[in-house]
Amino acid sequence: MDIMKIKLENRPDYVEIKEAPSRFRNAIGKYKVRRSLQCINCGTCVQSCPYGVHVMHKNTKRVSRPKDYKCIGFECQNKPFYCIDKCPVNALSLAINPLYETFGDYRWTSDLILSTWAQAETGKIPHVELEYRTGRSGGGFDRLKFDFPEEEIEQEGKGARGQGGKEGTDANHQSPITNHQSPISTSIALNRRNDGRPEITIDIPIYGGGMSYGSVSLPTMLARAKAAKVWNTFTCTGEGGYPEELKDYDDYVITQVATGLFGVREETIQRVRIVEFKYAQGAKPGLGGHLLGDKVTKDVARMREAVAGSALFSPFPFHSVYSVEDHKKHVDWIKEINPKALVSVKVATPTDVDMVAVGSYHAGAHIIHLDGSYGGTGAAPDIAKKNIAMPIEYAIPKVHRFLVEEGIRNEMVLIASGGLRTAYDVAKAIALGADGVVIGTAEMVALECTRCSNCESGRGCARGIATTDPELSDLINMEWGAQRIINLYAAWRSQLVEILRRFRMTSIKQLRGRTDCLIYQK
Amino acid sequence: MPQKYHITPRPTLPRFTPIGKYGTIDWMEDCLGCSKCVKKHSCVYENYDKQTSFAQKMKSVEYLYICKNCLRCVQECTKGLLQRVVNPEYSWLGDSYWAPDTILSTWYQAETGKIPVSGAGYRGPFVGEGFDEIWTDMSEIVRPTRDGIHGREYISTAVELGRRLTALKFNSNNELISDVPPFVNIPIPLIFNILPFGDLSPTVFLSMAQAAAKLGTFMIIKAEDYFDKLNPYLKNLIPLSTVKAIEEYQEIIKAVKIAEFIYTDNIIEHIQRAKQINPDLIVSIRLPMNKNADYMIDELARSGAEIIHLYADDNGNELDGLNPRFIKDVIRGVHLRLVETASRDKVTIIASGGIALAEHLAKIIICGADLAAIDLPLLIALECRLCRNCRNDLPCPVEIHQATPEYAVPRMTNLIGAWHSQLIEVLGAMGLREVRRLRGEVGRAMFYEDLERETFGSVKRET
Repeated sequence: MDIMKIKLENRPDYVEIKEAPSRFRNAIGKYKVRRSLQCINCGTCVQSCPYGVHVMHKNTKRVSRPKDYKCIGFECQNKPFYCIDKCPVNALSLAINPLYETFGDYRWTSDLILSTWAQAETGKIPHVELEYRTGRSGGGFDRLKFDFPEEEIEQEGKGARGQGGKEGTDANHQSPITNHQSPISTSIALNRRNDGRPEITIDIPIYGGGMSYGSVSLPTMLARAKAAKVWNTFTCTGEGGYPEELKDYDDYVITQVATGLFGVREETIQRVRIVEFKYAQGAKPGLGGHLLGDKVTKDVARMREAVAGSALFSPFPFHSVYSVEDHKKHVDWIKEINPKALVSVKVATPTDVDMVAVGSYHAGAHIIHLDGSYGGTGAAPDIAKKNIAMPIEYAIPKVHRFLVEEGIRNEMVLIASGGLRTAYDVAKAIALGADGVVIGTAEMVALECTRCSNCESGRGCARGIATTDPELSDLINMEWGAQRIINLYAAWRSQLVEILRRFRMTSIKQLRGRTDCLIYQK
Repeated sequence: MPQKYHITPRPTLPRFTPIGKYGTIDWMEDCLGCSKCVKKHSCVYENYDKQTSFAQKMKSVEYLYICKNCLRCVQECTKGLLQRVVNPEYSWLGDSYWAPDTILSTWYQAETGKIPVSGAGYRGPFVGEGFDEIWTDMSEIVRPTRDGIHGREYISTAVELGRRLTALKFNSNNELISDVPPFVNIPIPLIFNILPFGDLSPTVFLSMAQAAAKLGTFMIIKAEDYFDKLNPYLKNLIPLSTVKAIEEYQEIIKAVKIAEFIYTDNIIEHIQRAKQINPDLIVSIRLPMNKNADYMIDELARSGAEIIHLYADDNGNELDGLNPRFIKDVIRGVHLRLVETASRDKVTIIASGGIALAEHLAKIIICGADLAAIDLPLLIALECRLCRNCRNDLPCPVEIHQATPEYAVPRMTNLIGAWHSQLIEVLGAMGLREVRRLRGEVGRAMFYEDLERETFGSVKRET
């Protein structure tokens, strides 16, 4: 594949999109193509398939096992290149992959996981028919859709892929990504207080959520940091120390000060441009953090100044904060230690989240970061994930409106996270009133997370993402991981640009709070 | 400060291999027998090794329970011969209310006594019916420390059962002259209900009674099911009968703290007979949850009832009529009505039916119950699969009647211990220090309907 380059608004250089296929031998797709022993290796299928499902092995001159995750499935039936019909000896058969039907869940459907994988591989909207915009949770983002101006709806077509323009009819189906000369801006400013601290702008309205060293592996952290640097945005260390290996990315790292203060030092706070206070996490609001003993390896323990093998708790709440005044004291403390840093305050979504946001404004925070209750986590009680605090879709408009009423909306940056899975979720969150979003799980899925939800137990993630086990961590190559995340954001950005174009907007900032652009589906 | 209530878990393995969700099947015919076999190298959970050792010991090969669904073997097999599947038996478990996930989670809690914890975010639908229309609140920063979970402070989950006076009266010598009705205090807001079905045996009842005694709570038992071996646990039993049978069971009634009678007309008069037999007896009135429930509870509360046990069907629905109301809605209505008539604090309200998970316990209290009575979760703790074979006189696949107290008591206490910890998590997140404060505290909950209206009320609707 050619390397595709995207020019960004605030930078002299380009973002490079390179293909980064699955690191596993058998990639998972929607369809299964089987080749029986009748195959005579004539190569007809290799020549006809424009998607690269069939490949002739260079040396043996035999046709390899089909790369069926690239297959467009039954919609190919009427195409002139349909391999099943073309095969002279009827050696090929096509079926839905049984795994596809039992994969995923309400929030992350199999379509969403597979399409995120496809976007991470190619940097484009998937060419296979997959619903890449919404899940099927039956509420919130999954019931909202955009009310695009009429004349352009007609172009949309019926398929799930309509958003990219016309239906993709061939393998060269181009996503709007090539549209890099576009004057449409996706950048947002992170300091709007005009307080003499640096003006920081990020080129996509997205940055990475806090994941600690301990909850995820070092290659995972580095991959995220590199992707953040390439996109001129940020990633976050979470609460668990600041590994030296991140040095090259200091300007693109947010370090977290959370209730356990694990790994927090003056030097780490002075290294970065943004410091984040974590009061609560959406997946386990009011419960603090928990790293099970198995994941506290020697290195993790050293970083956190703890004992290897024993479970670590971050208590709830900050035991030094009982009031907004105390909170201000905290913010002042960081500002004093690092006079150039911006301060973000991460909170969960209780009923009074709007008051909390205003409190943070008065304490001097630059960013209020709301983490909704359906967000990701390395480990949380199931009861908390499902029941405690409200989904982010409710919290964003509540806080947005209140900040507007208080007359401070334009000084505060409102960032939303917790259950945002797709570019469309990002755009919907912004239309509901956020300035930008924080992404966690989608980045993990880009690294081929299957959401099996066993991040917390034993050695951690079997796929090498959320683990500190040395052997398992080796399953991820940092360069590959970075490219997957870069590609995912390239695909997302192209979708954001397309949404803005259809609304005839020139900047993502114009979409903020435009609930009139949304329709609530039955 | 009273001693902290703590339920020490005692891990207790299941007697039968549980039904798991995932497994793999492979297409052995095409196997190359290559040296990179995923069964040897890929499974970080060593499931394939476990299978082999199972087979060597001539035990059944039940790998479906242990597959963690990481898909490594599926994706790494040289020839792609493996396929991950969902165990069909798993999807047949339970029913639409008692969903397979609920059953699996209950098994886990009964086995380990631990709170179910997992990685990655919530996986379910945005909102569901009944209890799933409620989110509980949390407090962010401005409350004093209340981290009851990891130690420093004490979050009480104790509740009282009985009728309460709204004020105490003293004479001029500061001596109490009010006639204080009897009440009991239990350390968790739940009691054991009668089991609606099950492959039951005297040892199951004995185990339940022992578990109730160990937890410091009560077990409702049909008076006719009582047998002598239960004598040591009388203080933790609530015999259930009709008022007509009071004489018949007077020996039991004499010995217990609470007795429950099925509602009939003029029940307040009838129960006086029981009070004569045992003046310290607290009486609970078992009232079916139906269209008249709100009205009847109000009447009973005003005429001196001590405890009212409102029971719904197994799925928490009203027992009569079309479009039955769900228990949470009924309890909310009942609670508000009693508040309006200034009688809420006088009576204790027990809710039962459809309380399947720890979150339901917290939520039914938020809606206005003082405590809940639970039934099927106890049966599930004994590995019940809710196949309901027993209802048709078919054999129980997990032979519950064979359960011994050595196995059944820790399984049930583990489950309640895990529920207790979860209740504390919910209370701690809210910044509440005792469960009695949670009762009727709808301000500490968020309801789907309200949030939808506030948030999306002004958003265009699809036409």
